[in-house]
Amino acid sequence: MADPTRIRAQMAGDKAQVRLLMAHEMESGQRKDSTGKPVAAWYIQQVSITLNGKPVLSAQFGTAVSKNPYLQFSLKGARPGDKVAVSWRDNRGDSRTDEASVA
Amino acid sequence: MGRHTLTPMTDAPPLQRRALLCHAARVAALLSTAGLWPAAAQAAVPAQAFDAKTLPELARMLGGSTPAESREVSITGPDVAENGASVTVGFGTTLPGARRLLLLVEKNPSLLAAAFELSDAIEASFVTRLKLGQSSNVYAVALLADGRVLFAQREIRVTLGGCGA
Repeated sequence: MADPTRIRAQMAGDKAQVRLLMAHEMESGQRKDSTGKPVAAWYIQQVSITLNGKPVLSAQFGTAVSKNPYLQFSLKGARPGDKVAVSWRDNRGDSRTDEASVA
Repeated sequence: MGRHTLTPMTDAPPLQRRALLCHAARVAALLSTAGLWPAAAQAAVPAQAFDAKTLPELARMLGGSTPAESREVSITGPDVAENGASVTVGFGTTLPGARRLLLLVEKNPSLLAAAFELSDAIEASFVTRLKLGQSSNVYAVALLADGRVLFAQREIRVTLGGCGA
């Protein structure tokens, strides 16, 4: 099971600024190992963010998103205590969901 | 998440009944547009979009019109990136009605780096980190609800390529 996504959600005025750090190798499929063979692509393809269970963002990543994907954005109409949930799924079918409260 | 329980409408006083009807309509609208992840993500960009070779081709694939450069779309990042494996870029648009934001890296093996489906609850402004295989133009593209496709570009030079390192 992958490491948890780090989620920081803090009120800034009337919006919640959210910063995420997903734990994933994000192999692009371009890198070669020590024998010269390409390392197979292994990367997060789908990301879904909800605020109190309601979808607010969905993202699709290609192979050019860096290792340990970072994402920062602001949610309107969020309040302290609201739940931000982050789900991702990679090209091997692995997935995980993590949740945090808006501070 | 089963947070919203509805009491029978017949025994609710008129004011509550109106609120319940409004609520039910909102929930129905939400479910139809929400694209519940992962299988029913109806607004998702098709997988072939990641094989598109040019911005106009990508725009056509996503049902948008001819792309036009716009000062109301922004892309920020370093002029020179030391490490192509992790280049921090900011992108977004101030235009209302943006449904999708795309990030493109011109000289990467795959042009489309990431696609974001926006809801009304999110500000169209993001920061993320990308791999750049070599010095390249990076594009932020906004697809608006009316079909317009607007973009901004920025050249980012890379001293150490991020694809094969």
